[in-house]
Amino acid sequence: MTKAYTPGLKVAAATNYRVRRLLPVPGDVRVEIGARVNADSVIAETFLDGDVFPLKAASVMGVQPAELPALMVKQIGDAVNVGDVIAQSKGIFGMMRTQAKATAAGVIENISGSTGMVLLRGPKTPIQVRAFVDGIVTEVLPREGAVVETPAAFIQGIFGVGGERWGPLVAASSDPASDLSAKQITAAQKGAVLFASGRMTAEAIAAARANEVAALVCGGIDDADLRNVLGHDLGVAVTGNEQIGITLIVTEGFGSIRMARKTFDLLASLVGRQASVNGATQIRAGVIRPEITVPLADAAGQSTASRGATTGLLQLGTPVRVIRDPYFGLVGTVSRLPDKPATLASGSLARVLEVQLEHGACVTVPRANVELIEG
Amino acid sequence: MRIVATDCGSTTTKAILIEEIDGAFRQTFRAEAPTTVEEPLADVTIGVTNAITELQELSGYRLVAEGGTIIRRPSGSMGDGCDLYISTSSAGGGLQMMVAGVVREMTAESAKRAALGAGAIVMDTIASNDRRRPHEQIQRIRELRPDMVLLSGGTDGGDGKKVVELAELIAPARPRPRFGGEYRLPLIFAGNRAVRSEVERIFAGDGFALSVVDNLRPTLEQENLGPARERIHDVFLEHVMAHAPGYDRLMAWTNAPIMPTPGAVGDILQTIARERNINVVGVDIGGATTDLFSVFGGVFNRTVSANLGMSYSISNVCAEAGMEQVLRWVHLDMDERELRNRVKNKMIRPTTIPQTHEALVFEQAVAREALRLAFAQHRAFATKLKGVQQQRTVGDTFRQDDGEGSIVDPMLLDLLVASGGVLSHAPRFEQTFLMMIDSFEPTGFTAIAKDSIFMMPHLGVLASVHPRAAMEVFERDCLIPLGWCAAPKGEVRLGKPALSFEIRGDQGVAAQGTLVGGEVRLVRLRADQRATIEVRPDRGLDMGAGAGKAARRDITGGEVGVLIDARGRSLQFPSAAADRRAAVSSWLKVAEVHEAQ
Repeated sequence: MTKAYTPGLKVAAATNYRVRRLLPVPGDVRVEIGARVNADSVIAETFLDGDVFPLKAASVMGVQPAELPALMVKQIGDAVNVGDVIAQSKGIFGMMRTQAKATAAGVIENISGSTGMVLLRGPKTPIQVRAFVDGIVTEVLPREGAVVETPAAFIQGIFGVGGERWGPLVAASSDPASDLSAKQITAAQKGAVLFASGRMTAEAIAAARANEVAALVCGGIDDADLRNVLGHDLGVAVTGNEQIGITLIVTEGFGSIRMARKTFDLLASLVGRQASVNGATQIRAGVIRPEITVPLADAAGQSTASRGATTGLLQLGTPVRVIRDPYFGLVGTVSRLPDKPATLASGSLARVLEVQLEHGACVTVPRANVELIEG
Repeated sequence: MRIVATDCGSTTTKAILIEEIDGAFRQTFRAEAPTTVEEPLADVTIGVTNAITELQELSGYRLVAEGGTIIRRPSGSMGDGCDLYISTSSAGGGLQMMVAGVVREMTAESAKRAALGAGAIVMDTIASNDRRRPHEQIQRIRELRPDMVLLSGGTDGGDGKKVVELAELIAPARPRPRFGGEYRLPLIFAGNRAVRSEVERIFAGDGFALSVVDNLRPTLEQENLGPARERIHDVFLEHVMAHAPGYDRLMAWTNAPIMPTPGAVGDILQTIARERNINVVGVDIGGATTDLFSVFGGVFNRTVSANLGMSYSISNVCAEAGMEQVLRWVHLDMDERELRNRVKNKMIRPTTIPQTHEALVFEQAVAREALRLAFAQHRAFATKLKGVQQQRTVGDTFRQDDGEGSIVDPMLLDLLVASGGVLSHAPRFEQTFLMMIDSFEPTGFTAIAKDSIFMMPHLGVLASVHPRAAMEVFERDCLIPLGWCAAPKGEVRLGKPALSFEIRGDQGVAAQGTLVGGEVRLVRLRADQRATIEVRPDRGLDMGAGAGKAARRDITGGEVGVLIDARGRSLQFPSAAADRRAAVSSWLKVAEVHEAQ
């Protein structure tokens, strides 16, 4: 028995999903403990400091910086609009006066006699944090936000782009072997979280965007298609802020690869329910994987697993997925765990295991190249 | 004497044991355990204790007490425990800084050098002339979440207005620190001393913890990075580390201050360069970043290529270099679409390793491009001070540049040190050797070595408390000599005579030959064999003695030997795809990079 190198992705039919919904800066929390909330409900809100606009007022007026404070028409804390005179020079005998005018609307925050600069602070930007899932508020974090909990089905994807969205879960096809094509996407799917087993094709993504589908969840995606959607080649897997009008999540990886049967069957059993998805992925220290959460208000107390990937134990019979070529995407069970490292075809010495694949063959792969199939 | 050293990386905590055996210090055991900085454990000392417990099991010495603390033994005792415990850390993403200076090429660059030299990742450099408008600069500052800020600008007694302007931009932008709202963001001011009081007034609010040190560019001709670097280390310990989970305990355990990992690597390389009086370049290629260190004529430089790496950043290497550039190193048939998907799959599952020969060949091709790009960035950064009137002094004579202003001149490079997964774990020494030569393109005679188990961080800290132990372990156990590269500078004509060489040495070593442009030749020379090599380049090519003139060097061998390289600098590929593939194939075959398939 040994530890798996790569933790599996969580696929749980029923779990207690708990999510912290926090503001980036302190603000007002709008919910109380015990409140039932929808994905849309505002949990907390606040205002972010406005943008800062520096204005070289002394140089605009042609005076020394030290003279500026005495020439100010508006003072710190005064509100100004674009074009308002904020400072005026004395001129010569009151003639030929020069002025500095506000270049942005806001409030005067600082007047510097050292540099002759005036800082204007623009209007504050309101920000709101919503619940993201239907559930119950179980904890309020004063000035920060709240914790929302719900029994839910929970699936982690391997990679995604686009942020938080929610909508009814819809199957594009009941066939676990089919790719997602443009033909399967209709106007009726507007706002839906749509899933299919195979690869999401470029045409399907385009059709989904055109029909304002909330999110697509598939087994794989081609790198070239992702590049098309983003408009650039993705260098590092830190995503979630893409403004592409849709959230895309793949559960297995890049290329033509089918969704694991267990994941597909679970999604198929949840069709029609409200799903909340987040494509945000961060593959760095503190890994974040995309998520698909389907609240199960009727399944309280059926929790089978806690949220989040865990490092499991590899032992004979453990179901695993191979996550690197030449057997990428194949699933099977561990059939042998040799103690001694073996020499790979690449020439490297590595600890290996044998996997009995679903279709019958038995292959040897490095332990680093499998992940547990968890649930 | 028994020394335990740990390096707490983002994913793995590595522990080594160093012992004094028969009067000499040797590294004897090595162990590792997952780093435990993040939830659910959120205490770095758990990972440290786990790694040292494994060290205990391997060595048979009792090193960890029941409560999980490290056992320390009294001086001169032969009992359980260790005499010294030291550590470095890059966990949680290392030290992330924002730097600012008035002129991008002058004070801002010096500030960047200070931050990088202290082991930081520089998130952005703000300068009065960085071509961004003030509100764009403020917006950028607001987006960043640095651990600390270094502000410089102005020479002492020079213009102070610009640096005050910068301060006035940074203060209202209120950059949010990584560690949450209650944390006061450390800001170090190392600029014109005449405006200190103004700067103090500007940052007097609640959001900043200001400290002031000597100007890092007191005059245009002089860079004084020491005080700023030291202050960065102090602030790293007092603020950043103190907020990282478990570091308060870890700091209490160590005999020397915990250093950022790259800072420690820089220290050991500087020590080596000083002790041996040589010019050194060291590289550490990781999954996310590639760190490059150089010491030329005693001047130390470090760069971090933030998105050049072999797993998290592998896709970025292919994007930046271009797939065509990557594939020029590949001698096998590969489908580009398939490769692109494989690259992305490695990015999202970064811990996987190449299983097939083809996958290894491709990964090493990517590594060559990552190293090449990182070295180009390093050379562009490691320049003479800009803004200085060109008046060379005796002290400047060693700072010869190659016309591009870089002080990192491949012709003057004595030792090239490789470390990091793809270089350290390559199945054959020959692979590491050729990857280094292909990427760095050294000219003249250059020794190449690899860090056996990435021990340099540990030895960097050890050098601060026990320099002799650090040097002895470095010489005996850390570096594995791979061999030498002998390559003339200049463009070769493919297939035309390029050079002749002769090697004569002890134990019957003898080889000679002539090479045409585009050829390489490997002469085996073991680590215990000495020889003299003479290379006579063709007209227009230079081995360091001048164009067309013979050059000699006394050398000691290594695991691979001597590669005589007549491929030209820059390295030339045949233009036709089939010819290129044949050429690469022959280089790999001659250098015995892969076992016969």
